[in-house]
Amino acid sequence: MRRILIDCKEHIPCNPCQFACPTHAIVVGEDITELPHADSEKCVGCGACVAACPGQACFLIDPDFSESEATIDFPYEYLPLPPVGLEVEARNNLGETLCTGRVVKVLSLTAYDHTNLVRMAVPKDLVQQVRGMKPWRG
Amino acid sequence: MKHYDVIVVGAGPAGLGAAIEAGRQGAKVLLLDENDRPGGQLFKQIHKFFGSREHYAGTRGFAIGRQLLQEAEEAGVEIHLGRRVWGIFPDGSVTAANDTESVRYQGSYLILATGASENALAFPGCTLPGVMTAGAAQTFANVHHVLPGQNIVMVGSGNVGLIVTYQLLQAGANVKAILEAAPKLSGYAVHAGKVRRAGVPVLLSHTVTRAMGDGSLEAVEIAQVDEHFAPIPGTEQVIPCDTLCLAVGLTPRVELADVSGCDLVWSGPLGGKLPRHNRHMESSRSNILVAGDLAGIEEASTALDEGRLAGTRAAYRLGLLDVGTYEGRRAEIQGRLDRLRQGPFGEKRRRAKEEVWKA
Repeated sequence: MRRILIDCKEHIPCNPCQFACPTHAIVVGEDITELPHADSEKCVGCGACVAACPGQACFLIDPDFSESEATIDFPYEYLPLPPVGLEVEARNNLGETLCTGRVVKVLSLTAYDHTNLVRMAVPKDLVQQVRGMKPWRG
Repeated sequence: MKHYDVIVVGAGPAGLGAAIEAGRQGAKVLLLDENDRPGGQLFKQIHKFFGSREHYAGTRGFAIGRQLLQEAEEAGVEIHLGRRVWGIFPDGSVTAANDTESVRYQGSYLILATGASENALAFPGCTLPGVMTAGAAQTFANVHHVLPGQNIVMVGSGNVGLIVTYQLLQAGANVKAILEAAPKLSGYAVHAGKVRRAGVPVLLSHTVTRAMGDGSLEAVEIAQVDEHFAPIPGTEQVIPCDTLCLAVGLTPRVELADVSGCDLVWSGPLGGKLPRHNRHMESSRSNILVAGDLAGIEEASTALDEGRLAGTRAAYRLGLLDVGTYEGRRAEIQGRLDRLRQGPFGEKRRRAKEEVWKA
């Protein structure tokens, strides 16, 4: 089951995640510099927040994708889009490559407004640290 | 001479906000801009904006620009483009020129929303072709759809430097490093995360010391700096590149406000010299209001709401709004502005703004 992970750490005035979420699982509140609070019980793993967050700080994690792998859905705004099956450098927020990841799905809904969601499989123990991939240049 | 209730100079977010609000209340509004397209910097912004839903947060900048142009049209705003305002006279008239003629307009109220210009840095080789401001590189990539170069070094880790880096990467360039003279990141960590994940190193306590090349930029020399921002000898490195972008802050464009006799005050956190104004965005000249980056460097969403404040104030002073309606509207916009000026990044600007109001 995919569930939200929010990596929003600074008090910047922003709240689109709250309005993107169809199940009201994310709350920022009246003071828009508050950090978003996510209720993973309410999250249905749709990915709307992943595409909506201007800071690209929302992710979905499926800890049990396979026996050895977990997946992370992250926002991706480079073209061309990576093909399913591609092996890529999985990176953390500092740009360090942690492992090889494998693209398992690419979602490009109109509602995402040109932000794509890439689902990448990585070893289970690294999924909490991975935040994206080295852009694929085709 | 054609007469208008409100003349707005500058069609960026602040000018559009001002024109829309005054127009909606029934004022006859003229919006002048020196560029051939309205929108200011909005149409160069291809990223999704921060802010609250009322600030179109989550929407890409150019889409906000489109929406504002439509609102301006619906509000009956007349927009004259390619007109550079070069004179403001004591009787309140404004003179604007295009390539062939100069036209004089009379306005009851004048709202200046002339924006800001980018700061430069002086260092040996800084005049070489290939050295440019970050905004210039953004214009190349996002307006004209050409990359200024393939291998780029960015100076400045504020939001402008980080966002333009991201957009240059999206356009296919290789950004080799972001240099930041301060010992810590100056923009939002989430913006830095985007470019770091793409593999761009952010070198803190580093600056450019020299640009080198035969006829155009071929490499830059960088160095680590000490706590006084002085380069530390022996730490120099050379990075081959064909483009060096400078994102080292903005300065309010006060020329028109200055020549029209508005008092200027100094505010370091807001970018330097700017027209003294009160919370209604009124300058020291009774019929001139100011808004946006001219009134202190902030962001597009704050500029838009400051413009809305100024436009609403002008409409009120024209007698188009009763005091109760005006106060309600003003409080609503001011509330949004206050929310944008919260938190560790906004707090400094809010305090600086309050200093200006008191000056």
